[in-house]
Amino acid sequence: MGEAVSRPYRRTMPATWWLTNRAYFLFMVRELTSVFIAIYLVLLLVLISKVAAGREAYEAYLTFLGTPAVLAFHVLALAAALYHSITWFNLAPKGLVVRVRERRVPDAIIAGSNYLAWIAVSALLWWVVL
Amino acid sequence: MAEPTIALEIFRYHPEQGEAPSFRRYEIPYREDWVVLDGINYIKDQIDGTLAYRWSCRMGVCGSCGMMINGTPRLSCAAFLREYFPNPVRVEPLAHFPVERDLVIVMDDFMHKLREVKPWLIRGQETPLSEGEYRQTPAEVDEYKQYSMCINCMLCYAACPVYGLEPRFLGPAAIALAQRYNLDSRDEGRRERQEVLNTEEGIWDCTLVGECTTACPVHVDPAGSIQRAKVTATVDWYKDVLLPWGKR
Repeated sequence: MGEAVSRPYRRTMPATWWLTNRAYFLFMVRELTSVFIAIYLVLLLVLISKVAAGREAYEAYLTFLGTPAVLAFHVLALAAALYHSITWFNLAPKGLVVRVRERRVPDAIIAGSNYLAWIAVSALLWWVVL
Repeated sequence: MAEPTIALEIFRYHPEQGEAPSFRRYEIPYREDWVVLDGINYIKDQIDGTLAYRWSCRMGVCGSCGMMINGTPRLSCAAFLREYFPNPVRVEPLAHFPVERDLVIVMDDFMHKLREVKPWLIRGQETPLSEGEYRQTPAEVDEYKQYSMCINCMLCYAACPVYGLEPRFLGPAAIALAQRYNLDSRDEGRRERQEVLNTEEGIWDCTLVGECTTACPVHVDPAGSIQRAKVTATVDWYKDVLLPWGKR
């Protein structure tokens, strides 16, 4: 019999930890959607600067935005934004506990009001832009 | 006909032997009504008495027997062999904690964090016993009851990748227990707990992976408790900024 020794063994997390479980993976996908949103915002900022730079620069940039690769990126970015928004709205009831007359407001109503607000803001933007 | 058997592959670590951890495979009888803990007890009694692990009540109350079972944090007293049969079952100590030996983890970090959130009723002024008990309505009890069910089994820590990557993180159970007292109408200690909770290593390290809630065997929903704490801390902050003259 050996002496009792305390030498705690420390395990490290592999870089692929998020591939080991479906929930981790879906979480990571939500985090990674921010990369698409960030690139989209950069493209949008460049568009604004081109508007300021004059008609020629603006039209050249519009041609660039119309190329298949950039269009494909925008489709992906839209999908990423939708995935992020929808998974996030569905999680909203976790953080928001509202009580009306000592009764907890059901999760569906909390999530639903987020969706309604989303539609309202989108409609407002639509009205302003068009 | 030969009795059916099932293989348990168990993580072994004996520091005095100076060896790196390894997995050892044990073939044990398969019984439909056995849980993984029964299998481990069988190994300890019949095959290899050197196996070290924690257990006590074997009925999901004490929270001692948490282990990684096929990579998922579970109470080994609640994981039936029939869920895995005829495939082998891999048993490891709870993830993210240092391993003392075999399936025994070092839980000092959790015990320290638990104490930090002051999980007890804090009163500005204790009322004397003669004035009677602190009364609560059923609705006031409902507000925190779910969080009071925590059995300190640490499965949520093993499920949390944030804790694995950032060990300073206060972690799911400690925050849920802080909320258990914060939401108690008899408690007046929220301000004190905020010093620990409303920090980078407190609630704000949480990125809402949500696996703590999935792992919890008693449905505490630590993930929900942390998000609620974030909402409260944010409201506090706005009140501070917008109403700097008023007391919260």
